[in-house]
Amino acid sequence: MDLDLNAPHSMGTTIIGVTYDGGVILGADSRTSTGMYVANRASDKITQLTDNVYICRSGSAADSQVVSDYVRYFLHQHTIQLGQPSTVKVAANLVRLLSYSNKNMLQMGVIIGGWDKYEGGQIYSVPLGGTILKQPFAIGGSGSSYLYGFFDQAWKEGMSKDEAEKLVVKAVSLAIARDGASGGVVRTVIINADGVTKNFYSGDSLPLWHEELEPHNSLLDILASSSPEPMST
Amino acid sequence: MVKTSINAPTKGGFNFDLCQRNEMLLKKGMQLPTFRKTGTTIVGIVFQDGVILGADTRATEGPIVADKNCEKIHYMAPNIYCCGAGTAADTEAVTDMVSSQLQLHCYATGRESRVVTALTLLKSHLFSYQGHVSAALVLGGVDISGPHLHTVYPHGSTDTLPFATMGSGSLAAMAVFESKFREGLTKDEGIQLLCEAICSGIFNDLGSGSNVDVCIITKGHTEYLRNHQLPNPRTYVSSRGYNFVKGHTEVLSTKITPLKSKAEAALVDAMEE
Repeated sequence: MDLDLNAPHSMGTTIIGVTYDGGVILGADSRTSTGMYVANRASDKITQLTDNVYICRSGSAADSQVVSDYVRYFLHQHTIQLGQPSTVKVAANLVRLLSYSNKNMLQMGVIIGGWDKYEGGQIYSVPLGGTILKQPFAIGGSGSSYLYGFFDQAWKEGMSKDEAEKLVVKAVSLAIARDGASGGVVRTVIINADGVTKNFYSGDSLPLWHEELEPHNSLLDILASSSPEPMST
Repeated sequence: MVKTSINAPTKGGFNFDLCQRNEMLLKKGMQLPTFRKTGTTIVGIVFQDGVILGADTRATEGPIVADKNCEKIHYMAPNIYCCGAGTAADTEAVTDMVSSQLQLHCYATGRESRVVTALTLLKSHLFSYQGHVSAALVLGGVDISGPHLHTVYPHGSTDTLPFATMGSGSLAAMAVFESKFREGLTKDEGIQLLCEAICSGIFNDLGSGSNVDVCIITKGHTEYLRNHQLPNPRTYVSSRGYNFVKGHTEVLSTKITPLKSKAEAALVDAMEE
């Protein structure tokens, strides 16, 4: 077992962005790994760029954090100069410009999602290399390999908010079950005309898939909780 | 001197040519000179009144213990401290540098330093060196917006956590935290948990050892407990003391070199303004 704690911090990851009738839903797992060690089991991979645009990050943690910080800064300036909230397209384009011009140095794949008053909910995918793709739904990260078939079958145009969120949570949960580099909890962010809602689904609230076992209470928890009365015969 | 093409325009940023040369030399079989690393177990937790940082005190140079009692908890600001793991020179230099920058920023703004300021300064410095500055840090402090605890990795990524461990002993310490940490610990409970985690690193990791340093940061007050625990006392001291009398050591050979004939002072004019 090669435990290199100096390996670059990468987010194995499963990230998803889905449009629904009225907005977008972004979803991600929460595992950040350094080689074979889970450096952070509860990380938040969905970062805010503006009030109405969020970005799901995957790949090198350092690269994606720094690019997000730059884009947040540029977008803030842009909003001040424009005098109104910036559009999702502008946010995605800024990410693409940084990603493409530094393609030799950066290793990150992201999904930008948001809502603006001109185009409504939009999802843009900016994978390795710096392509920009507007899609009705996008998946990314190492866990996404296991979801292509699932989305081909389960995705429908014009879903309701609850349907779409259930789809996202189910998808991330399936990817976590099969991908070693994804795990932890499922975080979702819903962006629509009314604003932003962030949700959290803990690992034990997710459904169990094929061959997954029920969780048992750890002996530590059982022993640690003090019993009110001594056992009597 | 490596000459790049004359026609290429000068690029900004750090020049990584020598890093590539070093990697090529390593592949050819050259041995790097050993440098002092802090093998290390460093930890931090957030408790009800603030943050507590902890570290072991062993610094290694390859397989040898270079310093049995080094200080790994570095001062950043009166309300912010930073534990460092990795190459000792890198952690010292980067924390000193950011500490100075923080002080200048403090004077410019007229306010107490914030932990996120230190975090951003550290992260942007480490990112621009693309991981070649081998400093893995646990940064903690209490500012106007509350207690904060962050980890910073050599490549420049950061995490914000309620409890964090870094260094070669991080797995041993994390095991202790994962089983015993809860939100809202009191100061004494926090210190006890922290010491347990560091001791776990000290006893189970070869790169960590010696004593436990603790630093408690709360709103308006910081306590730096240097050598809070000494679980590795020297036990083999002779009660009579050690006495090295002349004649105990066998002289194998003697060579006397007179120095007077070597040195020749030349008459020079005195320095003038």
